Amino acid sequence: MTTVMIPPAGNTARQAPAPVTMAAALNQALADSLAADDRVVVFGEDVGTLGGVFRITDGLAGKFGEHRVFDTPIAESGIVGTAIGMAMNGLVPVVEMQFDAFAYPAFEQVTSHLAKLRNRTRGRVALPVVIRVPFGGGIGGVEHHSDSSEAYYTHTPGLRVVTPGTPADAYLLLREAIRCPDPVVFLEPKRRYWSKETAVLTPEGPPIDRAVVRRAGSDVTLIAYGGMVATALEAAEAAVEEDWDVEVIDLRSLSPFDDQTLTESVSRTGRAVIVHEAAGFAGYGAEIAARLTEQCFHYLEAPILRVTGFDIPYPPPKLEQFHLPNTDRILDAIARLQWEDGGA
Amino acid sequence: METHGLLPSAAPLQLIDPAGQPGRNPGELTFPEPDVLVGLHRRMVLGRRFDAQATVLAKQGRLAVYPSSRGQDACQVGAALALRDQDWLFPTYRDSVAILTRGVDAAETLALLRGDWHCGYDPYEHRVAPQCTPLATNTLHAVGLAHAATLQAKDQVALVLLGDGATSEGDAHEALNFAALWKAPVVFLVQNNGYAISVPLAKQSAAPTLAAKGIGYGIPPLLIDGNDAAAVYAAARAGVERAATGGGPTLIEAITYRVEAHTNADDATRYRDDDEVRGWLGRDPIARLDAYLRAQRLLDDEAASRLAAEAEQLAADVRDRMSTEAGADPGELFEHVYARPTAALELQRAALLAELEELQELEESAP
Repeated sequence: MTTVMIPPAGNTARQAPAPVTMAAALNQALADSLAADDRVVVFGEDVGTLGGVFRITDGLAGKFGEHRVFDTPIAESGIVGTAIGMAMNGLVPVVEMQFDAFAYPAFEQVTSHLAKLRNRTRGRVALPVVIRVPFGGGIGGVEHHSDSSEAYYTHTPGLRVVTPGTPADAYLLLREAIRCPDPVVFLEPKRRYWSKETAVLTPEGPPIDRAVVRRAGSDVTLIAYGGMVATALEAAEAAVEEDWDVEVIDLRSLSPFDDQTLTESVSRTGRAVIVHEAAGFAGYGAEIAARLTEQCFHYLEAPILRVTGFDIPYPPPKLEQFHLPNTDRILDAIARLQWEDGGA
Repeated sequence: METHGLLPSAAPLQLIDPAGQPGRNPGELTFPEPDVLVGLHRRMVLGRRFDAQATVLAKQGRLAVYPSSRGQDACQVGAALALRDQDWLFPTYRDSVAILTRGVDAAETLALLRGDWHCGYDPYEHRVAPQCTPLATNTLHAVGLAHAATLQAKDQVALVLLGDGATSEGDAHEALNFAALWKAPVVFLVQNNGYAISVPLAKQSAAPTLAAKGIGYGIPPLLIDGNDAAAVYAAARAGVERAATGGGPTLIEAITYRVEAHTNADDATRYRDDDEVRGWLGRDPIARLDAYLRAQRLLDDEAASRLAAEAEQLAADVRDRMSTEAGADPGELFEHVYARPTAALELQRAALLAELEELQELEESAP
């Protein structure tokens, strides 16, 4: 039902740093993956002629032909289910779910088959499938267009779940996801599709399962992913005024979780705040808080806090501003980290 | 809308009737060659014995569960034998006999139902997908695999087995739609055995027949007597040939009957009469082909007793192999979750192995 328009993604300069949007970076990653590997096929609803409702597949059908990039019926279970069969027969399908909440019809195929076939067959059947899902809010989308569905997927062993926070990482992570022998749910923070960064797009960088320190700091570790990475970085800059030196970690890989990078940071800072748009109850942040408490307990100066969406169905566009974590809420959480008790 | 060729026959097509006489409604089905008929008979006899043995093993507790396909022997064997070597079979939990007939080792076939692992065989060895327990989800896998064959110019057909109940699932609809649109080389074989566990077809669908659903997707359907192995083979073979020559999918509805309960854990007397079961026993797939072959002098007592001995040998082999434990390795639980175990999984594996070691030490030190 939704047609979200963005300017067509053009070719991106690869050698010299140039401004690039996340949408263009993703488009380039798909184009370069299609060019690099004949086994890669891209399909889903509206991804062919139209180039996707967000134009992430813009121009690909024309460039690579309709046997490599094609439209399907509106049937998400069918898209993922057939991708599984294609992967069994030697292809590397990269499929698009049009929106987070519209991916739910495919849930059984994702959780019962895509995630389990390697295990079911004792490693004999590998399914190198990538499911791209635009996720999260902040774009004024009406109902069913703004869900943060990551916890449904991270709770499923066998899936990799990744999400980029920056345009350059969108390129790198998607290239890595397509090269990965495991099934990957690739969550695209749709509110950042149009964010720009001056960068060189390169397929070399931190591995797919590694978190990255986006801003080094010594007082508190701010943990974010996807659309909240930029928000966390803004909050970290604002925190300078309060004399807090905030480290921002972009998780990139929600599953598997990079315990090493995270425990290293939190053991050093002694404080942590987790930010996500999704509802807090039984949310992804609860897992992070539990793991870090288990692994860094003796280094902690304060309870690990979460800044999340409320435990409510995603609000209508005119009310979403009250739901989404923002800089102020993050700063409030940082302020509640028991500074009076010592530490920094 | 061009509907020519999309209407199934009013009555099921049949090549050999329950009395072993030539069927009166052969339609356009090609009568199989004598050696094919002999092969169908042999594999049904072996399959029936295997199925009976597995049922006993389940009752003895040696299998976790066994969904018998007794009565559906013609579908099991006809479908498997209609495939060419390079083709793929997508079976469900009830299709162990089809898997066995395709060439998978008997013990490997039963690994899922014994509880050793979720799939005991290498799907690529005989081109048999893992048995699918959720209903109809495998129809989409078959369509995807078949379409990938087209995209890569491989001469390969996928045949997927599903039941009457599975046709109600959304995935069956999506698979038929995708297959028709893509002209995917796939054959859908619906074994209509009358019941989805306890629910009869009358409570499953208001369609005149399940084959008739093909018309809505633009898929040519065949309605056949699913207890006639010659008809099942001929229909599946026609589907495979159509698919392999670019003609796209075929939907086959085979009318058959599940003689045993849903599984050994089910009580079929709660939802159907013994009279109904007895009626279907009179339409036994093996008896009718047996009678036909004898009338054609393609089978005699000597050959039949040799075959019976072969079946007993197979059953004895299954018994022997199912009485030895496979020796499951708990450490393997962490092995196939990802291409390489994650650091967190390695820690969990180490914890489990340490726990087991500690238990063993305790046992050894016990007086």
